[in-house]
Amino acid sequence: MQFFLQQCLIGLTNGALVALVALGYTMVYGIIGLINFAHGDLIMLGACLALSLVTALGLGLGDAGGMAAVGPAGSWLGIGVLVAVCGLFCGGLNVAVDRIVYKPLRNAPKLAPLVSAIGVSFIFMNAGLFWLGPADRSFPELLPATNLLGGDGLQFTWKDLLVLVVVVPLMAALSVFVRATKLGKAMRAVSQDTTAAALVGIDVDRVIAATFFIGGFLGGAASVIYGLYINTIGFQMGFQNGLYAFTAAVLGGIGSIPGAVVGGLVIGLVRALSSAYVGERWTGAIVFAILIVILVFRPEGLLGRRTKEKV
Amino acid sequence: MTARIAAPFLYAALLVLAGCRPADPTLVKIVSSLPRTGSAKQQSDTIVGGIRMAIEEAGGTAGPFRVEYLDLDDSTAAAGQWTSEAEAANARRALQDPDVVAYIGTFNSGAAKVSMPILNLGDLLMISPANTAVGLTKPGLGAPGEPEVYRPTGRLNYTRVVPADDLQGPLSADWAKQRGVKKVYILDDSEVYGKGIADLFDERCREIGIEVLGHDSIDAKAQEFKSLMASVKAAHPDLVYFGGTTQSKGGQLAKDMASAGIQAMLMVPDGCREQVFIDSAGAANLEGRCYVTFGGLPPEKLTGKGAEFVERYRKKHGELPEAYAVYGYEAACVALAAIRDAGVKDRRAIADAALALDDFDGALGRWGFDKNGDTTMQTLTVSVVKGGKFEFEEILDANAVGEASPVR
Repeated sequence: MQFFLQQCLIGLTNGALVALVALGYTMVYGIIGLINFAHGDLIMLGACLALSLVTALGLGLGDAGGMAAVGPAGSWLGIGVLVAVCGLFCGGLNVAVDRIVYKPLRNAPKLAPLVSAIGVSFIFMNAGLFWLGPADRSFPELLPATNLLGGDGLQFTWKDLLVLVVVVPLMAALSVFVRATKLGKAMRAVSQDTTAAALVGIDVDRVIAATFFIGGFLGGAASVIYGLYINTIGFQMGFQNGLYAFTAAVLGGIGSIPGAVVGGLVIGLVRALSSAYVGERWTGAIVFAILIVILVFRPEGLLGRRTKEKV
Repeated sequence: MTARIAAPFLYAALLVLAGCRPADPTLVKIVSSLPRTGSAKQQSDTIVGGIRMAIEEAGGTAGPFRVEYLDLDDSTAAAGQWTSEAEAANARRALQDPDVVAYIGTFNSGAAKVSMPILNLGDLLMISPANTAVGLTKPGLGAPGEPEVYRPTGRLNYTRVVPADDLQGPLSADWAKQRGVKKVYILDDSEVYGKGIADLFDERCREIGIEVLGHDSIDAKAQEFKSLMASVKAAHPDLVYFGGTTQSKGGQLAKDMASAGIQAMLMVPDGCREQVFIDSAGAANLEGRCYVTFGGLPPEKLTGKGAEFVERYRKKHGELPEAYAVYGYEAACVALAAIRDAGVKDRRAIADAALALDDFDGALGRWGFDKNGDTTMQTLTVSVVKGGKFEFEEILDANAVGEASPVR
């Protein structure tokens, strides 16, 4: 029983991270119907920035004068600053890419922005290659690996807590934002019908830019958490990350914000449980087999809206 | 009009002629094919350093020939490690240059599988400084059809200066038993080298009565192994064995093992014996509990010619070489000796001269090649990670430990 709970805990923590990335896919898709393949690589660049900042500021548990000196409160503050800086960086970059690459193709056939997104993904990946070098890089530990539940039983460390402490409020803030604010309302309007939204006076371009910014910001936050939780980053991490997050978005119903969260958690759980009970090497196969099964019986995803024109 | 049509053809003809200039009969080339980008670069830099030193010390000559060296890369930056395409291209390139008489490589056993059959067709001598998969040379120990599939001509052209895994895998298990290990959990990266050595370790454990709690293959593209490590933890092993390399996520496994709170020892083979492994795992996660086996002696334990090499290397480059540098040096020395012994610029003669070496006095000691092209060296060392560095622990000699003899 304890083993099962441990695996669920790992699955949920990993899943929360996947969900945070998946939100970036699903929001952009909901607004302009574009699958932003560059999103995973955007997160990789965010992680590069986080690593550079941590190295430049000399943080890290190992060296005295770093996090060890400022104490736990300082650690959390430092992480908060990292999340904010990387979030702003990724959000800004995402908006810039939209301006330069996707906006001129707004009325082009759907394949044109899609292929451009793949191109942007390659550009990001090579930028990451220059930034990090070809080898994987170790991300310094900023949080101690002490078990919060004590003893040798269930393992729940500061790192796991960090994922939840950052991810859950961000998701809550996002859903409040979309539901309650004027800009959120405008977003929902644009995602339902762009033309009608423009007719009632909504500045569609501004709404799209805001969507890209929020998606990018969440990605930037995810990149910091990823670095601190997984502790290894590399220029190729964007692809795998993006693949799982995209799968989560599709699983939950692409375009649906709660769907992305549910999809992410489901994927995290499936990965953990299939590693525990079937075998580590089958995890990828099982995740995608479940995706196929769900899409056969519920093409709109777990929480997606049923639309007629979907193929 | 005719002149305009003829011009490109003329130009092309000139190019072809230029390419076909008569080969210089006094020039021979040695090429190496190693992963020169990605995390193996640090290791391969020192191997190439070793090769260059061997050629320089010979005055750039071997017998009557001038020797040129070409450093080829079998990895791509995009992959971060060796690729079949790059290795095959290197092998063909070496084969097509008539001056090339020796091919030093590969680093990864999987890469050797690609280039061995290509080079065999041209009888080009291949000397690996680092391949340890058993199937490459030893009949009956690898997959069905090995090693004949790598020798389409039926003749031998492949040699290696490093002992194979049929020594390393079983001896590691014997060492673990000596240290009082009763239960192990085995992981591998599903690659030729990693799975090969993990299987040999597994087999030996069962033979000598160490309980194998589980044997899982990982996906080397996965980003974390937290669930896997929770399973490992629940099994309560005394030792976790990982058959794989730094490039196939050795560092990440060690990291996740530590963060799962597993206190067991970690044992890894020579594919992880490089500084980047410690850097990527985080020194604190390995401190005092990670044991690394290596087919041969670590740089600081070499004696005689080997110690002299390490000293010259340190003087020249200002740092100690990685473990495989001396094997690069030895491979180049073997190539030079074979060229000298053959005395003619003929690939078959040079390959035969190398295979005939039976009492070679090199940096690794006195050794020779057996009938499969394997080294007769039978030494294995265990190091432990301490203070962020590999620290020599003990020498395991297959000949000295009678009952531990891996020969089947």
